[in-house]
Amino acid sequence: MSKDLKWLVSQEPNPNIAPLAPGATVKVGYRIKEGDKERTQNFQGLVIRVRNGTAGSFTVRQVLYGIGVERTFFFASPKIERVEVIQQGRVRRARLYYLRGMSAKASRAKLRSKD
Amino acid sequence: MAKIAGIIGKKLGMTQIFDDAGNLQPVTAVEAGPCYVAQVKTVGKDGYTAIQIGFGLAKKLNSPEKGHLKSTGRQLKHLREFRVSDIEGVEVGHAIDVSIFKPGDRVDVVGISKGRGFQGGMKRHGFGGGPKTHGQSDRGRAPGSIGGTTYPGRVYKGQRMAGHMGNARITVRNLQVVEADVNRNLLLLKGAVPGADNGVLEIRKTSKGGRK
Repeated sequence: MSKDLKWLVSQEPNPNIAPLAPGATVKVGYRIKEGDKERTQNFQGLVIRVRNGTAGSFTVRQVLYGIGVERTFFFASPKIERVEVIQQGRVRRARLYYLRGMSAKASRAKLRSKD
Repeated sequence: MAKIAGIIGKKLGMTQIFDDAGNLQPVTAVEAGPCYVAQVKTVGKDGYTAIQIGFGLAKKLNSPEKGHLKSTGRQLKHLREFRVSDIEGVEVGHAIDVSIFKPGDRVDVVGISKGRGFQGGMKRHGFGGGPKTHGQSDRGRAPGSIGGTTYPGRVYKGQRMAGHMGNARITVRNLQVVEADVNRNLLLLKGAVPGADNGVLEIRKTSKGGRK
């Protein structure tokens, strides 16, 4: 985006989204529609990227049945019900893409909690 | 007042918002109006009916411009004319703001596209260029054949070739109004509009019948 239009489109930060940082294990409650019913789907995983700004988003990675699944959520999305931080891992990079090539065990070792 | 056909605005830039259903929408923010009627054209005087409106504050006007805008009492920077059939009750000096639009309306937007300078056929017309391999050299971005030989002995008019691209008047039709905020003179339109940020735009009710 060439210009910051933040002042234009008023955006209250969603109070149900906990402050996020890469390396955090989070649980995201995301509203989805099934037919005409709405329910909340939880997605738990590791934050591997946080983007700020008007189009701010974060990407959560999870390994399901041996297959890596990544979902990107917009901070401003009204479909996000809540985001809880379960654990904050110690990382030395802002973008944790290197975890993609690792086994679950290796990535857990990388993220042994802070203390 | 008679049906006002359009408004003049300034492109602020693009951003994104979520609609009520929670879907992300790309929008262009436009600072639109307030505009003031600068001239009313009548059949008796001009042979057709139209409303000329002005937008923005001019730093400097030359004397013919000053004379033209004298009756409005304002220094209007950009003047545009909108053809309307019904000019009943419209007078010079009347204000027009974004309240003429409401969310869900369809509009046409006219702007001057970004100038690209002199461009080759590949960029300007989407030509495929020449082969990169099979012994070819210096043909990578060439336009290819531009016509026959002895017959017709000339290049047809309208043959697409390299040349000046952009900086032209472009109309984008049938854009949806997402938001019209009178207090901030702000218009949010779904999708992209022609031209660079800070470019002047004409926004009018769409001439497309089409779907609602």
